[in-house]
Parts: sequence; structure tokens; C-alpha cells
Amino acid sequence: MLLLTCPNCGDRNVSEFRFGGEYGPRPKDPSATSDAEWANYLYMRHNVMGAQTEWWHHSDGCGLWFLAERYTRTNEVIKTFPYVKRDA
Amino acid sequence: MSIQLIRQAFNGNRPPPKMWRSHELKEYYDVVIIGGGAHGLACAYYLAKEHGITDVAVLEKSYIGAGGSGRNTAIIRSNYLTSEGVRFYNQSVKLYEQLSDELNFNVMFSQRGHLTLAHTDGGVNTMRRRAEVNQIEGVDSRLIFPDDIKSLCPYLDVSDHPRYPILAALYHPPGGIIRHDAVVWGYAHQADVRGVHIHQNTEVTGIKVQDGKVTGVETTRGHIKTGTVLNATAGWASTITAMVGVKLPLTTIPLQACVTEPLKPFLDVVVVSGSLHVYISQTDRGELVMGASVDPFSSYSMAGSLAFLEGIAGHVLELFPSLSHVRILRQWAGICEMPPDYSPIMGFTPVNGFLIDVGWGTYGFKASPIAGKTLAELIATGKPPILIVPFRLSRFEENDLVGEKGAAAVGH
Repeated sequence: MLLLTCPNCGDRNVSEFRFGGEYGPRPKDPSATSDAEWANYLYMRHNVMGAQTEWWHHSDGCGLWFLAERYTRTNEVIKTFPYVKRDA
Repeated sequence: MSIQLIRQAFNGNRPPPKMWRSHELKEYYDVVIIGGGAHGLACAYYLAKEHGITDVAVLEKSYIGAGGSGRNTAIIRSNYLTSEGVRFYNQSVKLYEQLSDELNFNVMFSQRGHLTLAHTDGGVNTMRRRAEVNQIEGVDSRLIFPDDIKSLCPYLDVSDHPRYPILAALYHPPGGIIRHDAVVWGYAHQADVRGVHIHQNTEVTGIKVQDGKVTGVETTRGHIKTGTVLNATAGWASTITAMVGVKLPLTTIPLQACVTEPLKPFLDVVVVSGSLHVYISQTDRGELVMGASVDPFSSYSMAGSLAFLEGIAGHVLELFPSLSHVRILRQWAGICEMPPDYSPIMGFTPVNGFLIDVGWGTYGFKASPIAGKTLAELIATGKPPILIVPFRLSRFEENDLVGEKGAAAVGH
């Protein structure tokens, strides 16, 4: 993978971006979240060998945090898209 | 060794006997170890030798030692940051020291000394702390300064000219390098002699669980019934553990290394720099083996990159300017699964009979003997040895992490 498509800036060299790890939804109500659920959100990862939804940060560009879908076996990027808060 | 050579000379040039045999897959094994690397084979060996459990299968999807065991830079050391880590890796170094005798096979362990350079005040403080922790645990490890560094390693640029001048180093005399393939082959041979079945080209495709207990393993060569499965597939561990519905705190990231053309002997210590993200040693063949920090994003791909070569070349020249005309012979990548605290995860899982030996990040090979030995004890007795209790899976939920980031690898 040499290029990544920033939703703002278009195709850029992947060295402009920082990898932000696998996407996982944040617990909705912190006070009603058990230790096990927090541990699951903070630490546990699916770490799939296949299509993975993940965070990227255009750190040396516009500064946007966005999501990408990528095959982790081949590094082929399926798509990149802006993060939309699911239930505000 | 020499008697074998002489015997071989009168042998009519027939090939020597195979070091391990091939077998048909049996219907049932007492213990199934997934992953035929140094860890899995060591565990099989210690199960057979120390606990008399010989009905063991080691399943390897490729050839033995094809993963991290054959891709690491073969550095052995125990100068870690936490007491738990130092104690554990120190036992590993002690087992490595005896390994050639133990396996009756020369693993070429060369304890030539290990230097971790500090280029900043913060770096010096970390080294000082590591030296103290190491000494309390009885590990030979101390802080040394540029004059002594220069005498150990004359070609290292210890002047104040570089961008990252060398202020001090953590010197660890028992550290060194080893022939990693020999470790794999030695364990495989001795496990085979004791009746362990090594199955190469046998990939696990599923694990059967009934009422929360493991009952069997599906492979590309058929079904195996068993009550005990050890997942020793560091790098790919999440994919195996997902088969029983357990999540692990791991992210798989490639780690690259390269080797130069052979040179005359000029470097007889292992040199590591965290700030410059590089470690370098010279093999008995004269080649310089160099490794760096992990790649910038997670992946199961083992492709090398030009970005890595450019980066490491610049950093090595910062330390050894005289190497500017040396050519790179080849580069390769292995995959490492990084846990959040840079310490391994060993022991039980919520699934009865499914044990893990995972999370080996960038430091797995140097722990092979002790990991194999302690896990064999765990399988045989059902009780985790005290040495691996800190590395249990439940530590993440209990908020009892073993923070080894400062000493486990370079440049994270």
C-alpha cells in the first residue's frame, strides 16, 4: 500500500498518515459499563486476517481522523470514508 | 560431532538419517500443539522429557520454523525493565546456555555481550533503572560510558558529532546471538525421538468446543480428537483463538530485518539503539544482521518495503559511518502480535482445555525454552508456574498489566 485516499484531500502518500488501530464502538454509558466491558473496549481486538475497519489520521495533512476498510492480508484498501457518529 | 563426520565419510555418501519423521495423523492425541515454531516444539519436548506426556501432536501449517522462529534476528538477552520480565527471561537465558548439551545439537549460542545505547538524558535514566532492576534479580547488567563503549566496539561513532550522540549504554555481558534454525531443529529432533508427532503442512481450520470444553481440532488433513490444545502461533494467534470465540488484546504488525554482504569480523557485540530504532549484530559468516521497529500499520502481509531499507540504512550509518559502502544482501519481514503492555500472554482462557502462548510481539524467540518448559508444566499439572502467573490473560480485566515497553523492543 503506497497511497491512501483522504476523504478531504484525495490520494496521498501513505507516509502522510498515522494508523489509528482497529475500529471498535465506544461504550455508550460509561457509568453503566462494567470492568469487563471497559477491558474489552480498551484492549481486546478482533485482529482479523481479512477485511478490517480501522482508524487513520491524516497527521501530515488536513488532520482528519477517518475510517478505512482494508484487507490485512494483502493491504488492499477497499474504501475510506469519514466517521459519522452513529447515535449522538 | 566429529565422530559423526568420520562415520559419515565411510557411509557411502548416503544422506544422514532424518532429524524428525513424518506420520499419519492419529485419531486422538492427549495434547495438540498448534504452531511448529521454537515455542511449540520446546513445549512438546519438555512435555515428553519432564512429564512423560508423549502422545503429543505439533501441527504446523507450513514447515517447522517458518514463522517468527526463522525470521527473528536471533538476539538473546534478559535485561528487561520489570522484575517479572527479568526473572522470566533470565531463566530463558540459563536454559539457552545449556541447550547445546541438552539437545545434543550445536545451537551456536555466542554470549558476546549486548549494548543498548542511550542518546538522551531520558534514555540514560531508563538504562540506569533497568540496570538496577537487573542487578536485583541477579542479572549481569550495568551502565557504561563512551570510553568503555569505544573499547568494546571500536567502529561505533561515540563522538559528539552525530545528531544523536551516544551518552551511555546498558551493557549486558550474557546477551548474544544464536542460530535460530538450530534451536527449532534441535527441539524437533529431541521431541521426535521421544515419540512426539510433528505434522508439517497441516493447517488448523477449526476447533471443536462442547459445553465450554475443547473436544477436537479440524485440520486440512482430517479431524483429531483431544482434550487439550495449546495455541503457540504467535503472529497468527488471533485467527486461531477466534475459532473458539475468544478475543485477545493483540494487533498483528510486520517487523522487517535485513542482512548485508559478509565482512571481516569487526563487531563482536550486539548493538541496540532505541532512539534510532535499530539493532545490529555480526553473524559467524560475517554478515551484519540488522532489524528495526515494527511497521507503521497492522498487517498479516510479509512483504518488505523500501521505506524500511532507507530508514534503517540511515540509522545504521549514524552509528557506524564506516559501513557506507556495504551492500544489503536481502531483506525480509515476519509478523508480530503486539499486546498493549509489550508482555506475553500465557496460560488459561475462558475455554476449558484451550491454552494460549501468545502476544510474543518482538521478543518471542528469546523466550522459547522457558515458555516451552513452563507451559509443559502447566499442561501436565494444571497449575500455572509462578514464573508465568503475571502473564495471564485475565490481567487486562484486572488492570494488572506488566509494562515492558521501555525494554521489550525499539522505537514504539
